[in-house]
Amino acid sequence: MSSKNGTKVRLDAPPDKLRVRIRRREKTDSPQYDEVFEIPYRRNLNVISVLMDIRKNPVTADGKETTPPVWDMNCLEQVCGICTMVINGRVRQSCSALIDDLLVESGGNEIRLEPMSKFPNVRDLKVDRSPMFDHLKKVHAWVELDGYHDLGAGPHTSQSMQAERYAYSRCMTCGCCLEACPQYFEDNYIGPQAIGQVRLFNMHPTGQMDREERLDAMMDDDGIANCGNSQNCVQVCPMNIPLTRAIYETNREVTVHGLFGWLKK
Amino acid sequence: MSNKINIAIVGGGLAGLAAAMKIAEAGHNVDLFSVVPVKRSHSVCAQGGINGAVNTKGEGDSPWKHFDDTVYGGDFLADQEPVRRMTDMAPAIIHLFDRMGVPFSRTKEGLLDFRRFGGTLHHRTAFAGASTGQQLLYALDEQVRKYESEGSVRKFEGWEMLSLVMDDHGVCRGIVAMDLQTLELKAFEADAVIMASGGPGLIYGKSTNSQVCTGSAVSACYQQGARYANGEFIQVHPTSIPGEDKLRLMSESARGEGGRVWVPKTQGDERDPQNIPESERWYFLEDKYPAYGNLVPRDIATREIFQTCLDGYGVKGENQVYLDLSHIPAETLDRKLGAILEIYEMFIGDDPRQVPMRIFPGVHYSMGGLWVDFEQRTNIPGLFAAGECDFSIHGANRLGANSLLSCVYGGFTAAPSALEYVANVERGDSGTNGIYDAELKKQKEINDQIVHSNGSENQYKIHEEMGKLMTENVTVIRYNDRLQETDNKLLELIDRFQNISINDSNLWATQAVPHARQLWNMLQLARVITLGALNRNESRGAHFKPEFPDRNDDEWLKTTVAEYSEEAPVLSYEQVDVSHIEPRLRDYSKSSKKAD
Repeated sequence: MSSKNGTKVRLDAPPDKLRVRIRRREKTDSPQYDEVFEIPYRRNLNVISVLMDIRKNPVTADGKETTPPVWDMNCLEQVCGICTMVINGRVRQSCSALIDDLLVESGGNEIRLEPMSKFPNVRDLKVDRSPMFDHLKKVHAWVELDGYHDLGAGPHTSQSMQAERYAYSRCMTCGCCLEACPQYFEDNYIGPQAIGQVRLFNMHPTGQMDREERLDAMMDDDGIANCGNSQNCVQVCPMNIPLTRAIYETNREVTVHGLFGWLKK
Repeated sequence: MSNKINIAIVGGGLAGLAAAMKIAEAGHNVDLFSVVPVKRSHSVCAQGGINGAVNTKGEGDSPWKHFDDTVYGGDFLADQEPVRRMTDMAPAIIHLFDRMGVPFSRTKEGLLDFRRFGGTLHHRTAFAGASTGQQLLYALDEQVRKYESEGSVRKFEGWEMLSLVMDDHGVCRGIVAMDLQTLELKAFEADAVIMASGGPGLIYGKSTNSQVCTGSAVSACYQQGARYANGEFIQVHPTSIPGEDKLRLMSESARGEGGRVWVPKTQGDERDPQNIPESERWYFLEDKYPAYGNLVPRDIATREIFQTCLDGYGVKGENQVYLDLSHIPAETLDRKLGAILEIYEMFIGDDPRQVPMRIFPGVHYSMGGLWVDFEQRTNIPGLFAAGECDFSIHGANRLGANSLLSCVYGGFTAAPSALEYVANVERGDSGTNGIYDAELKKQKEINDQIVHSNGSENQYKIHEEMGKLMTENVTVIRYNDRLQETDNKLLELIDRFQNISINDSNLWATQAVPHARQLWNMLQLARVITLGALNRNESRGAHFKPEFPDRNDDEWLKTTVAEYSEEAPVLSYEQVDVSHIEPRLRDYSKSSKKAD
């Protein structure tokens, strides 16, 4: 980001100290509270390295000793999706949230970290996103094979089909789309993540053999009809997945399936 | 009870999932343990592709040539028979992934496309953009989810293995694991255990590895009697992007698609790269290795880049060289390398389509790991291993795009091997009386001790110091005096570990207790790596000693085997299987590699 002529726009006047406000919670049922930390500013920090600094020496800006903040992290290359949180009010991965960029955007010297709000909050910035994996079971997000023995090559695929499927297949189940969706709360709406996967598998020559099962799932009470078309999902998706297109295409399929599907039964 | 077999798999990356789906397909049950949700495993970080001699480019490629390239690239330290089996299986593995729906990049005819990678002259690497590992992992994750929804796979995500449960006959009968949220410990019975827990990159502090790659579970096995082989062979990837929190990988596929490595011919040249004319650039890899150029194997590319910087040619006097893609059309780059260019842009801010990238070598992969035989069996009956955590296949240096392949091959081999073992072994209760409770009690005591540590040492500082120590002394260039000094300092760190404090009074979902357990295990494995390196007085693949610059087959064509003892790892050596290809010297400056 902030790239001009291929080179980076730099923060002109970096602050001496960086203030980090963290929304904390001791346990799933306990109340939330804020704590502010201060660390010396350095170039090239990201939110993860800031959190690592604080973890090493968990003392607040007022000099109070506290517990180290808890958060999830793994790949640190924005491909595993685990370190997602709400940063300065926007949901994103903390590994790719660079402090300089955040300071340029906000114009201040403080950054604000909160856990995602649509999932059970385990502790501090850590949430439980297992419902997203349950969605994948519900929509039959796999290709059925006769076996894993050698049956030769897969189906021929055009470059354009590959490109479209690849875009959907990059979904890392991070949950940004669900956090930003005004319609998604626990079980009322399955949400864009699963709909993108329905599209992915319904496009595959073998995967589409189970197309109707996926469309049936889309017609349940928590199905695709609950989309309110706010289009927030596509704006926050870190992988640039064309989620609104998936919703549009799948919705069309569901409508046809709903009208004529029963004739086949 | 049915006669179904129950296998515990530790690790849900490519190798663990490959094993799980094979076991489930055979009608048996799996308990799958993973520190993170399996879809977030480190396999997602693999970028460039997966090798297999499908030979669709009319180049006369074959599994035998793939076999030869792999053994030669590994400087003849790999046992050859498993490598031969793997390269034979490779085309079928790629086709299977294609059938599972992996969106592999295609040719105009709609066939699988293949790119070039290091250490070969053939187009042998199938790829899905530049996020192949992510795509392959997702395909296996999907297949395993199917079995999970049918009930034959039980996932324990957010659980960390702490130890093996061994019976009185020294047979592995299960594991003890910890729920990372509640810190509850539990013993799990299993007919056999497959380790698939990945590499130990975190021992080096900053590496290209994910945060879960501590090697902790494998180290626990080692401390309970599993043999650990070739620990000293650590791959340092030639091209990574240095960062505050980690070294991010810049895939070899950048060079596979035509990327060129260079430095200014004048030391300390302050000009921006765009202003340095072609005639004033030194393409040192192309210069020194005309046949393979930028695609020499990783150990060689890494040493050359390292030495170039040591000699004062680093870009702007720093430890960095250029990796240049700016001569390739942006459309081609986006289609074939999009994902990795985004990573560079995201973290550095420069656009690699226009500006050469600045890169430096970073710790990447462990060729060493748990010792296994040709059927992925460790020396402990009932314990198997697959993927990066086993030592097989890659010898002294791994070729790019062979790791995804070896993970799947390892999982596909360990699964039937474990089932066969269970089917043929007497499975009475003899010797199992109380063993689960006893091991559970032991592990609880260790946890209690850690929870109550209130010394003056900071465990994260100890981790940082270990990382720096290992990176400075046990990576690209190794000296015996410094290796000895490193082991002395590791012993000091082990002493200091006894005096740590757990700076978290809230034990719910704390990361302090798991980290302390991992750190202890990493320190033990660090000694295995360091002492293995100290003992091996030759240079081979990734292991390079200026004092012993040549490969010495007479004395050192041997696998290092480390066994745990409280004082220090006990090292012994065993013969390497060279039954197919006569060892010959590596020379990547010429294309004709055969001795004749």
